[in-house]
Formats: sequence, C-alpha cells, structure tokens
Amino acid sequence: MDNLATYFDSFFFIALPYVAFFTFFLVTIERYRRRKFTYSSLSSQFLENKQHFWGLVPFHYGIITVITGHIVAFLVPREILWWNSKPLRLYILEASALIFAILAVVGLGAAMIRRLNTSKVRTVTSRMDWVILGLLMLQLLTGIEVAVRYPWGSSWFATSAAPYLWSLAGLNPDISYISAMPFSVKLHIINAYFLILLFPFSRLVHILVVPNPYLWRKRQVVRWYRKPRNA
Amino acid sequence: MNVRSQIAMVFHLDKCIGCHTCSIACKNVWTDRKGAEYMWWNNVETKPGTGFPTAWEDQEKYNGGWELHNGELRLKSTSKTKTVLNIFHHPNMPTMDDYYEPWTYDYQNLFNAPEGPDQPTAVPISTVTGELINIKAGPNWDDDLGGSKIYAANDPNLDGLTAEQQNQLSAVERLVFFYFPRICNHCLNPACVAACPSGAIYKRGEDGIVLIDQNRCRGWRACVPACPYKKVYFNWHTGKSEKCILCYPRLETGQAPACFHSCVGRIRYLGVLLYDASKIEEVGKMPADELIEAQREMILDPHDPEVIAAARANGVHDSVIESAQMSPVYKFVKVWKIALPPHIEYRTLPMLFYVPPMAPVMSERHNGPVRNIGENDNLFHEIDEARVPMKFLANLFGGGHEAKVRYALRKQKAVRWYRRSLTVGDVTKELADRILAEAGSTREEAEAIYRLTSLCTFDERFVIPPMHREEAIEMMEDPLEHKQNVGFGFLTGPKRGL
Repeated sequence: MDNLATYFDSFFFIALPYVAFFTFFLVTIERYRRRKFTYSSLSSQFLENKQHFWGLVPFHYGIITVITGHIVAFLVPREILWWNSKPLRLYILEASALIFAILAVVGLGAAMIRRLNTSKVRTVTSRMDWVILGLLMLQLLTGIEVAVRYPWGSSWFATSAAPYLWSLAGLNPDISYISAMPFSVKLHIINAYFLILLFPFSRLVHILVVPNPYLWRKRQVVRWYRKPRNA
Repeated sequence: MNVRSQIAMVFHLDKCIGCHTCSIACKNVWTDRKGAEYMWWNNVETKPGTGFPTAWEDQEKYNGGWELHNGELRLKSTSKTKTVLNIFHHPNMPTMDDYYEPWTYDYQNLFNAPEGPDQPTAVPISTVTGELINIKAGPNWDDDLGGSKIYAANDPNLDGLTAEQQNQLSAVERLVFFYFPRICNHCLNPACVAACPSGAIYKRGEDGIVLIDQNRCRGWRACVPACPYKKVYFNWHTGKSEKCILCYPRLETGQAPACFHSCVGRIRYLGVLLYDASKIEEVGKMPADELIEAQREMILDPHDPEVIAAARANGVHDSVIESAQMSPVYKFVKVWKIALPPHIEYRTLPMLFYVPPMAPVMSERHNGPVRNIGENDNLFHEIDEARVPMKFLANLFGGGHEAKVRYALRKQKAVRWYRRSLTVGDVTKELADRILAEAGSTREEAEAIYRLTSLCTFDERFVIPPMHREEAIEMMEDPLEHKQNVGFGFLTGPKRGL
C-alpha cells in the first residue's frame, strides 16, 4: 500500500509536472510560430453582451489576483512568512485571497451558465472550452476548500509548497514536503498540472498575448513595404 | 513636410441610385464566409435613416472617434488605462443585435418534409445557431424608408433641425431621401488603429490603405467601438476583426475595387492624394468649424515642384506623383471644393469624400408651381430652400457647419445653370456667368466639373497608381482557393483557435 502511494506521488508530483511544463513550452512556441492565427481571446461579447459583464469581469479580476498571490508566495516565501508573523496581517491576506477566489468562482459560474443558456454563445463553444471551464472550476473549488479547512494556507504554502516547487525548478524534485498533504491539497496541485498541460491546446493561450506593448507604443501604426528615406 | 501618398475616394451622391450593386460585389468577393455573413464592408444607407449598424452615428451610444480634451486629441472609447481595465469586457462594444442575425433558408425542407396537408416552405434559419429564426432586422432594413417614424425619424443627423425642417423631411408625398453608400474611409488619423491593443491594425505607408493583420489580431475588439463609422467588424467565428481592404489585391494589379468597378451609377472616383503627414495631429486638433479647411490644406498640390521634390525625397515613386496629378479626387476635393468628408467632427480625417446631393432639383417647399425663368426664378431651387434642409446635410458633411456644404451645392447649382444655358438656351449666358461668379466658379471649371461628373470614362474615374508591389502578387496566385475559405491573406484555413 505504501509502495502504491509512493508510485502515485512520484507520478503525479514528479513526472506529471515535467511533462506538463515541457509540453507547455514546446507546444505554445510551436503554435505561436506555425499557427499564429489561432492566438486570440476568442471573445464572445459580440454575441451576448449583458451576462458577459457579470461573468467575465469578476472571474478575471478574481483569478488574476489569486494566481498572482501564488506566484508571489512561490518567489518570496520568507517575506510572506514575515508578513504573516502579525496575526492581523495574516487575516487580511487570507481574507482578501478568499474574497478574490470567491469572486472568481462566482464569475466562472456565471460564465458557464451563459455558455450553456445562450444559443449563439453555445455555437462558438468547443469541447476543449468545457474541459478547461470544468478544470478551472475544480481548481477554484479545491483551492477554497483547502483555504477554509487547512488554515493558514499562505503560511504553509511558504514552508511546504514553495520548497517543493523550487525543488522541481532545480531539477532535484523532493516530494517529502507534500507527500503527507491531505487529499484536496494534492488534487489542487495535480489539477494545476493538468491545466498547464492543456494550456497550449486550449484558448488559455490568450494569456500569453496580453497586449502590454499598447501601453508604450505610438498611437498610429504605419507599415512600409519599402522603408521611406526620411519618415 | 513629410509627403505621403494616399488612395482616396469620392462618391458623388447625386448619381447614386441606391441599387446596392456595390454591396453585392463586395459581399461575393470578400465576406461570404462563416462569421462574416453579417458584415457589409460596403453598404448603402437611406438618409434620413438609422443606417447600419443601427444608429451608428450616435456616438453617445458607441463612443466612436476622437475628441478634444484640454487641447489634446484622445479616443472617446478607450485610452491606455481603459484598455487595461476594459480588456475583459468592452463597455461600448456593439452586439450582433445592433447589426442583425444573419440567416439562410432551410431549402432541404422543400424536399424532405413529410407528406402533409400543407405545402412545405423553406423556413428561415440562423446561420449562427442553425435554429429557426424570426427575422427582425437586416442590413438594409430601412431601405427607401425616408419619412418613416421608426427609422428616418431616429436619424442622429436630425439633431438641431427645427420641427418645421423635420416635417419637411417626412411630410406625406413630399418626403425626401437620398442614398449614402459607405465603405471604410481609410482615414489619415484612424481611431481603429490607435485603439488596437495588439497593434494589429496598420496603415500601409505607400498607399494609406488601413488593414488588420489577421495573425496579430487577438480579438480584444477595441477597434469596433473606436471606429466612429462602424466599419470594423468582429468575426464571431474566428474571433478576429475584419474590415474593408479597399480590394488591395485588385488595386495592386491595376483594377478598381469591386464596389467601384461594379457601380451602376458611376458615382465612384478613386485616385491618389499627396498629403503632409507631419500635420495629421495638428489638423486633428483644429476647432470643429475649421476642420474641413484644415484637412484640405494638408492635401498638397501634386503640380507644385516643391511638393514633388519632397515626395521624391520621401520615396514616393514618380509614377505615383504622375498619378496624383491626374487624380479625380484631387479635383473634386481640393480644386473644386465640392466633395466633403463625412462627419469630419469625428476627427479621424477620412479619405473618402462625398459630393453632397442636390436632388430633388425642383423645390416644392412653397407649395406653388415652378416659376418662370428669370432673375429670381426657382427652376433650380435656392440652395437654402431645398427639400433636404441645409442643416441636415451640414450635420453629415460639414461637421455641423453649413458654409462648406452651401459652397459645394451652390457651385453644383451653377454648373447646372451653365449647362442649361448651353443646351436648352432658356437661360441667358450673362445670367449663367453671373451665377457661376456668385458660386466662385468659371465657365472652364463648370465645364470640367460637368465632364467629370457626367461624361467620365472608366479611366477618368479610376486613376490607379502603379503600386509597385510586384512581389506581393503571390498572395493572389489562385484567388479561387480563397473563395468561401480564408477570404484573403494566407492560404491556411481561418481555423478558430482552440
């Protein structure tokens, strides 16, 4: 039985993340180079405008904040622990993280209902869209469950999850940090790897092409077939 | 001086018969694809009317175009900050309901319907969902409905007209309307380009055609609300925006764009304008009543040796300069000043100009018969007493100001007097000369306007410069391969992203 658990852990926490990240980089780059046309937000706002607001806006603001929190905790775990050393600061961090997670769940739920109920939007919804929506919902719900049942996530993420992720990044995986974690934590981690694995095969690639150059480019864009001598 | 060349256009509204041949030519060539069915890169509207998409001129609703804010030019619908905040949901995005839901008919039902007491019919089905559809709107839904309380009465250009003038436009048996064909204006200060977060929309340096790079468009859809003319369309299937490409593959091979070529009324003119690109921002910031003049000022005289030298220095080919010298658009816009930009107050500096319509020639406003020819006769109505109120035309073509529209109409009227003095002879030459002088014109000019308006040949209407894009020709190696498939550009199918 122990043996089986070890195999399970090695597969999902060592093999899977490497496969997921390798696929992620290989396929997103290949797709960007060979099938650039398929990179799009695939917006359906044109087909349905009202429910769109109540789904997409809370979801995006919620999920972006939550993911940013995970990345920050991964990058600077010590500073998170220092921040959490005062209870009030810990409560503020945990409460705001939870609020944004709930915002994301509500938004995602609204977006899924919209996709189900609006026939025009349904026609532009692929099977992969549903897979991604399902995985995202699972990810958010397990995340909230973990946050509520096993406090305080922001602290033990810094002491357990961050070192595990760093060990992966250092090509020296050490799963001892997480092998004793409860099932819902493990599910949250595994599901995250599946999202990364499916990322390049789904509409999620739009995250990679957020239009940051707009913030510093000139207003008008002119392309020359032959460059003029003094323009 | 930064001289650039621009392919510009003139539509002569007095000649438009509203047949929609242009729209059909365009549709068949470019937009008969999934996701593009509802797009009409070229459409013909009845004015007064609400147009397509519904009430596109209502910028309270769509927030299109530029505005002056503390002396600075800024987009109404977006900004750098707003682009970040609105990236998930654009508040001014029109939806399919503002256009119409495209449909076809279930012809198979005619063959497959089970035996029954009734004749089977080909019921309308949505080309989006495939479901039965109750058709409520279409691209020319208010075609010829001038005077309609539902459509014409909601024309945003009726703003500022007196109740009497509005009645004049819609009174039974006296109502008046005209046609307003529209394509992308290929503006000098395009709002769509400035709004595009991805930098996918660009103006071609050599000819000024505004295009969307389909490989770079990410469907952030900021261009759709930003264009005040609503000439950027969102392809709901591919998740990319598309717009009129001025048939650049045709232009590059010396052919007129499909809508120009097919125009039955021969209302369309196309030619090169040379302009000073360093003045774009300055002109865009002019006070509203000076915009038309300022835009004319930035259009340069292609015969001026200084302009020619500057153009050459900027890499404009000699053949393009020659073409600019023969441009019919230059004559209409700059020499004769009878073609005006639509809604210059949007400050995008459109490069499609309209000769405002005079018809109907006979004034019926005073309820009386047409009086005898004489000094104060009414044969060709006084411009200010026309059945189309000056204010209405001014809202469309004068940026709300009447002076330029009045000038253009008076000159057109003078040309008619002049021609009547020659062909009918019931108008004395002296009277014709006097009216010409009052309109700021001469016999020579009137003759030239008459010729280019009425007797123009194909080659006089379309002076297409050699575009020297020979290497680009491989794009069109097999045009049929694009048919009902990718539309234009590259040969891999426009497969929707996963």
